[in-house]
Amino acid sequence: MAGQMAGRQKWLLHPAAKPLIFIACLLPFAWLFYAAWSDQLGANPAEALVRATGDWTLRFVCIVLAVTPLRVITSTPALARFRRMLGLFAYFYVVLHLLSYSWFDMSFELADIARDIAKRPFILVGFSAFVLLTPLAATSFNAAIKAMGAKRWQLLHKLVYLIAGLGILHFFWMRAGKNNFFEVFVYAVIVAMLLGWRVWNHRAKARRRVSNNAVVGVH
Amino acid sequence: MLIKTNAHGFNHAVPSEITPQGIYQSRRDLIKLMATGTAGAALASWAGRDALAQAVPKPGKLTALAGAKSAVAGAVTMEKVTDYKDATTYNNFYEFGTDKADPAKNAATLPVKPWSVAVEGLVKNPKTFTLEELLKLSPQEERIYRLRCVEGWSMVIPWVGYSLSELIKKVEPLGSAKYVEFITLADPKTMPFVGSRVLEWPYVEALRLDEAMHPLALLTFGMYGEVLPNQNGAPVRMVVPWKYGFKSGKSIVKIRFTDKEPRTAWNKAASQEYGFYSNVNPVVDHPRWSQATERRIGEDGLFAKKRKTLMFNGYEAQVGQLYAGMDLKKNF
Repeated sequence: MAGQMAGRQKWLLHPAAKPLIFIACLLPFAWLFYAAWSDQLGANPAEALVRATGDWTLRFVCIVLAVTPLRVITSTPALARFRRMLGLFAYFYVVLHLLSYSWFDMSFELADIARDIAKRPFILVGFSAFVLLTPLAATSFNAAIKAMGAKRWQLLHKLVYLIAGLGILHFFWMRAGKNNFFEVFVYAVIVAMLLGWRVWNHRAKARRRVSNNAVVGVH
Repeated sequence: MLIKTNAHGFNHAVPSEITPQGIYQSRRDLIKLMATGTAGAALASWAGRDALAQAVPKPGKLTALAGAKSAVAGAVTMEKVTDYKDATTYNNFYEFGTDKADPAKNAATLPVKPWSVAVEGLVKNPKTFTLEELLKLSPQEERIYRLRCVEGWSMVIPWVGYSLSELIKKVEPLGSAKYVEFITLADPKTMPFVGSRVLEWPYVEALRLDEAMHPLALLTFGMYGEVLPNQNGAPVRMVVPWKYGFKSGKSIVKIRFTDKEPRTAWNKAASQEYGFYSNVNPVVDHPRWSQATERRIGEDGLFAKKRKTLMFNGYEAQVGQLYAGMDLKKNF
């Protein structure tokens, strides 16, 4: 067991690990770019791009939320090295999503976009998620952590829990008219499990603290 | 071994290769115009577009089903016809899946032969028609209609069929008949998504009797000069060009005349989003998106602007009077 763990750690700490994961995260974008260029996105390529970039945003939000539970459950601290990059990829794909919508759906007509956001709750919710994700992406470098102080930085980055919920609500409302919720359900279950684990872990830690305190006789 | 080549005997044209007279004639007219040189620039461009719109490419995948050029007002738009490939791979037919690529993948299992359509309810002559009887009931016409989906995309499709009114006249509705209901096959054995909770099955659509009697309401058996592909609603469907696409029921097995407004599938699923009328209307938005514009499938590049949606999908001159005095915001 210990050997396996050390092996895993060794791979994750390898200098090539980060570039490799970076390239893997870029693959969906590379594929979409290639498919758009070579006309392989079907009869409605604009719709395909808007949807695919939205899907990848949700997937990266799930992936980044999975880092901490995986790290703790498998005792693999090296996983933490990749969290910032994965979070920034979530932002990368949400920017592409917003860009595709603004470009292909709205032809960059800012007034129309503003009206759309104000009028339609599902667009408003999606746009809010993007807005909330922006300060997280903007404070993702080390100097920002130092300048803000670790406590405040961490508090700000807890916004990702809210953002994940808004992203799923956005997807749910998008699908609501067709009563076609299977995919929404899958994402919701994944996010609920990842957030649920945090609640459970937090409580377990608190319980451990209490019982430890009891053992050493602190009253 | 018998090897057949063109060298052995005569080389007959197959029916799909024969140009319908209407198309042949319009090409002739164009050549005449060009040859005499009397056509003004505007007329020449109109004639050119006409010729383009008429020259419907036959994909040659299914049995040919030709129709004469329709004389019904508004029945032949001059716009560029959507590619057959796009029209047959980008479909909403939820009995075969909710993704637009699903119907083309899954609908091959639909048994379209034998097929019959029961016409019943408030009519003098209720009757179950076989498909063969229906095909022969009236001469087939080619109609090139715009198709506008409620989701905000559109196509231009050359359908083959005849006005539903021809069938309605045969069965003679009673005075009490006010609505016509179209019921789609719901066979869980061959339609893998019948039973999913997306909609209540069978799929039901309906028209008011005067809408159904309008000559543009097409009982449809073919597209692009051939019989309908399964994913497009084979072997018989409705096409109601001034309404959103979902109003045109596919793979119809029953047509029922009623005195009460039928509850339609989409209206049952989300009544605040899909009204009974569902006329194409750029000024009445869907609750979650604008209906003012649409994306023409295949024609415009990725970066092209969407086009403006026309009232009644551009068929206002033909069907506007059906809704005179009605509040179309309330009756959406």
